Amino acid sequence: MARAVTTERKIITTVAAWTVALLIFFPILWMILTSFKSEADAILSPPVWIGFDWTTENYTQVFETSNYFRFFMNSVIIAVGSTLLGLVIAVPAAWSMAFVPGAKTKDLLMWMLSTKMMPGVAVLAPIYLTFIQLGLLDTRFGLVIVLMLINLPIIVWMLYTYFKEIPGEILEAARMDGATLRAEILFVLLPMAIPGIASTVLLNIILAWNEAFWTITLTTVDAAPLTKFISRFSSPQGLFYAKLSAASTMAIAPILIMGWFSQKQLVRGLTFGAVK
Amino acid sequence: MSTQASRSAARVMLAPSVILLLIWMIVPLALTLWFSLLDYRLLRPEMTGFNWFANYTNFVASPAFITGVINTLLLVGGVLVITVIGGILLALLIDQPIWGQGYVRILVIAPFFVMPPVAALLWKNMFMNPTNGLFGELSKSLGFAPYDYLGNAPLLSIIVIVAWQWLPFAALILLTALQSLSSEELEAAEMDGASAVSRFWYIMLPHLARAITVVVLIQTIFLLGVLVEILVTTGGGPGTASTTLTFLVFQESVAKSNVGTAAAGGVVAVVLANIVAIFLMRAIGKNLDA
Repeated sequence: MARAVTTERKIITTVAAWTVALLIFFPILWMILTSFKSEADAILSPPVWIGFDWTTENYTQVFETSNYFRFFMNSVIIAVGSTLLGLVIAVPAAWSMAFVPGAKTKDLLMWMLSTKMMPGVAVLAPIYLTFIQLGLLDTRFGLVIVLMLINLPIIVWMLYTYFKEIPGEILEAARMDGATLRAEILFVLLPMAIPGIASTVLLNIILAWNEAFWTITLTTVDAAPLTKFISRFSSPQGLFYAKLSAASTMAIAPILIMGWFSQKQLVRGLTFGAVK
Repeated sequence: MSTQASRSAARVMLAPSVILLLIWMIVPLALTLWFSLLDYRLLRPEMTGFNWFANYTNFVASPAFITGVINTLLLVGGVLVITVIGGILLALLIDQPIWGQGYVRILVIAPFFVMPPVAALLWKNMFMNPTNGLFGELSKSLGFAPYDYLGNAPLLSIIVIVAWQWLPFAALILLTALQSLSSEELEAAEMDGASAVSRFWYIMLPHLARAITVVVLIQTIFLLGVLVEILVTTGGGPGTASTTLTFLVFQESVAKSNVGTAAAGGVVAVVLANIVAIFLMRAIGKNLDA
């Protein structure tokens, strides 16, 4: 009875929700609009909304003048590389915790999580100096390692919660049939856990793509990803609003799309299963 | 299931993760502690040796320290208040029967996926800039003089930017929690004549308590580390008006290349983060038992 809502009330709540949602989204929308303006139109006063000469010249200019593609590829390599490397290391650990839990499993999970609480800035100097010593500064390999370590606890955690939903008897049956441990994980566990693994990968690529502390402090030119590229606009170049908007739009577009597909898993991953 | 063989296999399988994280945790921390006791400046390599606790006293005695602590508390507290209250209201609104709920969710969650430098520069240049930002234009069209948000209210402006990034996170998690509330319970309360306010206060809010705790704790961890948003908008200024503890440590290590003092500040930051972490661990740990 209570769920039978009057149409009138539904119209009001719909209008209210859409208004608020559009306000929250507006900065992104404005950025996308600006990216299609000429620099002159971008700073016009009063501002033009959609009645301007739409142009894609900012996109071509960003590509031509700034090595944009290299920054983009660095982002891809660092985000995907760190996630996949983390996955390879985390799968066996998550298998252990989910299927051979011991008295200390819970403490171990907690401890792993606690490594994420370390403020990056506190260890910036030692990491930076170590990176110089090891020749890892401004290398994609170095960043892959650091981002993998940062996200490893989340990957282990997420995989653990997904693995736990898989009945252990199935793995046991495979073992009875003579499957080795490797075969058991590769050919029995992983295929069953594909949805969980997919959302783990997706969320971690998003987190690594947007990670802006280590990617900015540990790179200069060669390994610099999009976070670094965009933060350079904080200097006077930032006054080229249309170009900044075009570069920014391209930097967030892939993640925005991936993020929209992973909203549901996002909650689970980011709260370590505490809210489902 | 856990035979002797699988137990030892499990240990071997755990080893890479555990060893890597152990190194990642201990080595940098040990180095930070070590550096914090040294006279270590990258620009003056001739200075060596211990200066014991001088780095700590220098860091804590600098006038920026107190400002940094206050600004950190204001930033974290301000963003938490905005995102938690805003998040509850937003979750309640989206949970209503509306047309296009899926699309509304997509629009609301979007800012969370925007990388920090993009979010910060977008707000700085296209909204808060007094010469041709949209807020300035809005003021002009209403007949007011444009206001230099980042110049005159830098910390508040940064709070707004960071809150915009985290509001979707809070809203999404609270919405998820809200949707797990059984509608029967609410309907029963409505039948018994409970008003909308008391239904919210006595049924929804207690149900949301867990999710709110998680939101507050997770956000606090991330908010204590906010740096890029400050770096690309105000650079901590004007003066030290928007300098936080994290930014101060960053400044010591990068701008001043004073590794010793930066390390001492880092130790202070670690202690602070750990206090929060303990609470977070408890909240999450409780859920593991369930």
